[in-house]
Amino acid sequence: MEPLLKVNGLKKHFPIKKGLLQRQTGAVKAVDGLDFEVYPGETLGVVGESGCGKSTMGRLITRLLEPTDGTVEFQGTDISHLGVSGMRPLRRDIQMIFQDPYGSLNPRHTVGTIVSAPFKLQGVEPEGGVKKEVQRLLGLVGLNPEHYNRYPHEFSGGQRQRIGIARALALKPKLVVADEPVSALDVSIQAQVVNLLDDLQQELGLTYVIIAHDLSVIRHVSDRIAVMYLGKIVELADRKSLYESPMHPYTRALMSAVPIPDPRRRGAKSDRILLKGDVPSPIAPPPGCRFHTRCWKATDLCKTQEPPLLELRPGQRVACHHPENAEGVTIPAARESVDVTITKAPQPTEPKPEPSKPEAAEPAEAEAPTPAEPEAAAEGDAPKE
Amino acid sequence: MTAPLHETSAGEATATVDGAPDAPGTPDNSGASKAIEGRSPWKIAWTRLKRDKLALAGAFVVVFLILVAIFAPVIVGLLGHPPDEFHEDQIDPLFGTPIGSWGGVSSDFLFGVEPVNGRDVFSRIVYGARISLLVAFLAAVFAVFLGTVLGVIAGYFGGWVDAALSRVMDVMLAFPQLLFTIALVSVLPNEFLGLDGSGVRIAALVLVIGFFGWPYVGRIVRGQTLSLRNREYVEAAQSLGAGRFYILRRELLPNLLAPIMVYATLMIPTNILTEAALSFLGAGVKPPTASWGQMLSTAITTYESDPLFMVIPGLAIFITVLAFNLFGDGVRDALDPKGSR
Repeated sequence: MEPLLKVNGLKKHFPIKKGLLQRQTGAVKAVDGLDFEVYPGETLGVVGESGCGKSTMGRLITRLLEPTDGTVEFQGTDISHLGVSGMRPLRRDIQMIFQDPYGSLNPRHTVGTIVSAPFKLQGVEPEGGVKKEVQRLLGLVGLNPEHYNRYPHEFSGGQRQRIGIARALALKPKLVVADEPVSALDVSIQAQVVNLLDDLQQELGLTYVIIAHDLSVIRHVSDRIAVMYLGKIVELADRKSLYESPMHPYTRALMSAVPIPDPRRRGAKSDRILLKGDVPSPIAPPPGCRFHTRCWKATDLCKTQEPPLLELRPGQRVACHHPENAEGVTIPAARESVDVTITKAPQPTEPKPEPSKPEAAEPAEAEAPTPAEPEAAAEGDAPKE
Repeated sequence: MTAPLHETSAGEATATVDGAPDAPGTPDNSGASKAIEGRSPWKIAWTRLKRDKLALAGAFVVVFLILVAIFAPVIVGLLGHPPDEFHEDQIDPLFGTPIGSWGGVSSDFLFGVEPVNGRDVFSRIVYGARISLLVAFLAAVFAVFLGTVLGVIAGYFGGWVDAALSRVMDVMLAFPQLLFTIALVSVLPNEFLGLDGSGVRIAALVLVIGFFGWPYVGRIVRGQTLSLRNREYVEAAQSLGAGRFYILRRELLPNLLAPIMVYATLMIPTNILTEAALSFLGAGVKPPTASWGQMLSTAITTYESDPLFMVIPGLAIFITVLAFNLFGDGVRDALDPKGSR
């Protein structure tokens, strides 16, 4: 199947400027090399901690931001560097739902004005007139169509989010990017909005990219899930494999953090993994695998070599040198890559004493994992050679 | 999406919780639909303003003063004498002070007469209101226009444009406005571009006061624009294909209007004071034309023998400024209930 959206090596670096002359002294690497596709009719969920670049990614594929590098292809057209007028016709097909229902609606416009803005901006005259269509849309998202002349402040958070959804759906888009669509809402309202998105997808055949940090929301809505860490995708898999046998240690740690309604039913083995420390700064991300500063399986290899995103199991792409749940993985590519990296690794690491790199070594040592674990992991890999 | 894990039936829940009981397509209500009108932020501000007694009192005085200024010839025709008419019969030839008590207040001369030449103070106050309000309004309009345009440009485009405009504003704010005006007025020709003496002075006052006033507006507008342009509804407009001009006009300006209005109403009393100060120092309108500041300055020489001649223009300035300030504060509270108090 042809992907609806194809992203290749996508990067967004925000420059840091200092001084009178505004010289660039560095860059925040918010998104640093993403590759993924979105297929028609599916829902891709994107999860990750705060500051890992999820929202930037969403704004890049809707082209609210221009990528620093890499390409975004929508239905085969490269849209990565189109201008405002170049993007305008494509905006009908790519729409966005925003996080903050209080910030995404202009307080000075009526609901009618807000939801009819897409028609006005795109010069579309819907059948039966704009007003009728807007009222139909309001009905579609479960609002009273008679509230056409009301202002946003007269609605609750959940209702406002529905207005935002109605606006996004006005032009019958193909792809809807939802940036934390429910995180600003009460839990009871979250379910309603999530289910509304679900129903609308079935009704209108929409494709979603849903960005969230709430794992249960993501699990509920997604067909496939991408896990981001510090501007990169560390694991991309279908929902079942990701939740049942996560392969990247970070994914495993995330999954173990999902609260369980009744902890006593959890069983004997309490396997919650507590990650130590914070996400490193995206201004100077750690070399090698970006997760190595917090990973309990990290080896010297992880500190120097960046693991590529490889399909270790059908439909499950992982960027890790020492994947979890890897038993029985018989894909030659995977073993090869592991072999290759391991045989290569000792050469660069041994002659160079590690602490010579202060920024990298410090966090690594500060969060020195329990010594037994990484060795065990290394041994586990060794027999494969 | 796939099978929901939480079995909530979306339709039912939404209808009841969101208070839209007849949500999708109950046609019975469409007849009564026209009744549902939203309360716009302006309407809400208006109801809030109507509850503010002090602001209403201020507004009342402001309206009264504006009417007085507009109908000055009529009022003077009914209740006074032409403002430039000398009444030497009202003046004690020996001391040069008004003959009657209290500066010559009588039913004929409501506010008394001017010392030395006996001009009707009431008429001059009424005509002075014209100059004061005209200069203050026009200068405020000029300052708000310049400040809004340049502030929006600085805030919206950012980068070096913002840096340059912000520095210009800093320079303007540090400029010795009073000295500059006095110097400028002293070198102004008597006739200029078809304007006669007073016309030139009034134009100069408007331009100078307005020109030195815009950075205050500009800073506020710039700050507001900076914060507004990063709102999600601006991004939403962008994601619908809106260009810069559309966003400025439809998304930003309606939200900038409230702070601009507040600042404009609070700027008028400041301008009245500046005009009075400049007139007092002799840099205002030329003598035969009446102006409150200039009357004050004339009164200095005779305040011991005729204090009322000084009190009356002073009171006029005081009441006008107070009324505008009360009204302006009320407008601010009405438009921005979260700010102050």
